[in-house]
Amino acid sequence: MEGNLNLTLKIWRQKNANEAGKFETYQVSGISEDMSFLEMIDVLNNRLIEEGDDPVAFDHDCREGICGMCSMYINGSPHGPNKGVTTCQLHMRSFSNGETITIEPWRAGAFPVIKDLVVNRSSFDRIIAAGGFVSVNTGNAQDANNIPIPKEDADEAFAAAACIGCGACVAACKNASAMLFTSAKVSQLALLPQGQVERAKRAQAMVAQMDEEGFGACTNTGACEAECPKGISIENIARMNREYFSAVFAAK
Amino acid sequence: MTKIDAKIPEGNLAEKWTKYRSSVPLVNPANKRNLEVVVVGSGLAGASAAASLAELGYKVKVFCFQDSPRRAHSIAAQGGINAAKNYQNDGDSTYRLFYDTIKGGDYRAREANVHRLAEVSGNIIDQCVAQGVPFAREYGGLLSNRSFGGTQVQRTFYAAGQTGQQLLLGAYSGLQRQVGMGTVEMYTRHEMLDVVIIDGKARGIIARDLVTGKLERHFGHAVLLCTGGYGNVFYLSTNAMGSNVTAAWKAHKKGAFFANPCYTQIHPTCIPVSGDHQSKLTLMSESLRNDGRIWVPKKQNDPRKANDIPEDERDYYLERRYPAFGNLVPRDIASRAAKERCDAGYGVGTSKMAVYLDYAAAIVRYGKAEANKRNIHNPSDEEINVMGKEVVAEKYGNLFDMYKQITGEDPYEVPMRIYPAVHYTMGGLWVDYNLMTTVPGLYALGEANFSDHGANRLGASALMQGLADGYFVIPYTIGNYLASEIRTPAISTDSEAFVAAEKAVSDQLNQLMNIKGSKPVDYFHKKLGKIMWDKCGMARNEAGLKEAIQEIQALRKEFWQDVRIPGELDNLNPELEKAARVADFLELGELMCKDALNRNESCGGHFREEFQTEEGEALRDDENYAYVAAWEFKGESEFELHKEELKYENIKIAQRSYK
Repeated sequence: MEGNLNLTLKIWRQKNANEAGKFETYQVSGISEDMSFLEMIDVLNNRLIEEGDDPVAFDHDCREGICGMCSMYINGSPHGPNKGVTTCQLHMRSFSNGETITIEPWRAGAFPVIKDLVVNRSSFDRIIAAGGFVSVNTGNAQDANNIPIPKEDADEAFAAAACIGCGACVAACKNASAMLFTSAKVSQLALLPQGQVERAKRAQAMVAQMDEEGFGACTNTGACEAECPKGISIENIARMNREYFSAVFAAK
Repeated sequence: MTKIDAKIPEGNLAEKWTKYRSSVPLVNPANKRNLEVVVVGSGLAGASAAASLAELGYKVKVFCFQDSPRRAHSIAAQGGINAAKNYQNDGDSTYRLFYDTIKGGDYRAREANVHRLAEVSGNIIDQCVAQGVPFAREYGGLLSNRSFGGTQVQRTFYAAGQTGQQLLLGAYSGLQRQVGMGTVEMYTRHEMLDVVIIDGKARGIIARDLVTGKLERHFGHAVLLCTGGYGNVFYLSTNAMGSNVTAAWKAHKKGAFFANPCYTQIHPTCIPVSGDHQSKLTLMSESLRNDGRIWVPKKQNDPRKANDIPEDERDYYLERRYPAFGNLVPRDIASRAAKERCDAGYGVGTSKMAVYLDYAAAIVRYGKAEANKRNIHNPSDEEINVMGKEVVAEKYGNLFDMYKQITGEDPYEVPMRIYPAVHYTMGGLWVDYNLMTTVPGLYALGEANFSDHGANRLGASALMQGLADGYFVIPYTIGNYLASEIRTPAISTDSEAFVAAEKAVSDQLNQLMNIKGSKPVDYFHKKLGKIMWDKCGMARNEAGLKEAIQEIQALRKEFWQDVRIPGELDNLNPELEKAARVADFLELGELMCKDALNRNESCGGHFREEFQTEEGEALRDDENYAYVAAWEFKGESEFELHKEELKYENIKIAQRSYK
């Protein structure tokens, strides 16, 4: 017992992709407010193991908010109640004693559940593989300072490139749209001189892949931007739309 | 006695790599299409190697245990990447980067490898910029640099506090491009559990599909381990939860020598432990030492709050002890100095195991400079404070936010509390100049090998090494081996060696599942971590190391009798994954202690209390220990030492001084 938070957890349990899932209720006690949310789940899991039950499967790795692997939908929000924070950086001081916390996986057709809170996000990798790169083989590069880039453009490209690919934008969207994720990469490369050569092709290829994966359309509710732990701006979506339409109209 | 040959090319240091590249055997494009390469790990080293080899025409398979190659822990590197570009006109050069790295490594790295690293460092920046990596820039549009520890030039390129993320996403985009073209087959949520050796050569791997639990056999003419470091042997470290030694350790047990396992980097600026629940530690970038000042109270056990302690009652102990480098001394030195102050009773915070990293002076300095820029004459203290905080937020905002999130304290108002934590392992699989281990056809790249950082790595050099190995070294050196493999057809994975290797893996997993003991994996991992931290951590001594070896052996025995792994073999089972990794850490930990015990000197991250100067600095013994300790696995708890003598022909070896 390290702390004095007692909580009720309602957690989605699902054995695998083929079986139906349901909520199970667990009590945890003695939780310290200095614990991270995932450390609280660690406490629960070690107890479940000692009691002979199956622990809750969840994705996580770096636990410092950068790898994008953690993915819980907590009390109706991806990554929980705080703004600009991933689940691994959410701390228990954000909850109060006696609270009931509901924990679900990302819910989207393009993110099928693998087990419990773990989902398959490989569709994101395929969107990048469709065009989220500059085609430059190793060894072809000129001196880095031969390409001066206005600081404002570099900063804006960096802000888009800060996306961690966690999928919170999809989970937050009622249409399960991947527009924020896709547009962040399209924007980063459209803003930089290095990305100009393949600009039109990239926007079309990535949008096509996004549609093929079964992600929904964008209806501009802005939920993705509000829930993004890295503050990726919805302006990127507007930019991607411009990129896409000018590419389509310019095409022969 | 030695069986190891580093295969360092002849000739002058500065010409070795150029000559090697011009004379190394080549593989023609038609033959490349028939040669298969297995790459394990998708971090900077793995992703860059895989993309570059696929571009050359080889058939590549890449494996990672995460759900996407973009998650590899290179992503978490914060501060920057070094390169000898001399863009700042401050006297940098290939030789100076080489020299700083050898000196920073406390004269325990191989000259030829380090010089090659310095030579290709500039190409890395060019390559990354061409990919669209958004490095920080000045208003003129050119690249910005900052300082890191152990150097007196500004050669560190960065992207805010997310340099590793941006570099990895660059390498990942190159990798995904090849995946899209079908030249790389990507296997995510797969963990390598053994290397397959046929007629003395590495010919593939056994991997477990972590979702279905199925074991798979994969052939390769060569196998590249790009699997990172083993800092998680300490349980608490800045590594990701999944970072592990399993791939490297399995290779070690199949004949690859393990070099300098005791060389561990303890990073000086991490957020202190807050309680027993702690699952990992978070780094506060070394770049913070550019502007932050480190101090403790001059009075022991001072109960006052940081902001209540007046200036003349603060001890800026790094500036006091090391005036030439001040707060920018190398990591090993900064860490030991923090431990020394805390052990002597000057620590701060509730645990008293922390020191302050203070931005108050930097906020005032930046605030005044900003007032000048904006033509504000006689600014008030309040105005200076506001403007200063704005500048600090632009430079380090994400780090400050992260600190606040974790500790609940606002670092703009009160100094940060920091303490050293395990961060990086300089040791790793022994490799020759080609990056090949002692098993032909088996390579180790990036943190997984031992080669470039000696006994202590300088900040911003890990990213440099990972990408150097992957982009600019292995594409050449692998040809040296594969040129003689063009007549080897793909070997069937139904062959005896593959079947036997898979069975051995399957037997071990079944054994683990069948223990059905009483304690979860974490119980053993935490215990191992405590033994390692207390007895093989920042300071080691003979008696402690001997105790640690006994304790680890006993703990290992208990683990194999009493670990409890829930769930099934043929389903996603994170506890089984952890158990298999901890089983390997329980063997590695013993070797680390044995290596530390063997090395009767102090150097870099290896500090033996018996061997120190009167001022408490590391005392090397160059006469007897100027060698790489390469350990051969001989059976449980049995390791044979081989020595690679280190020859310094281009650097005058000296007592390291940063005073």
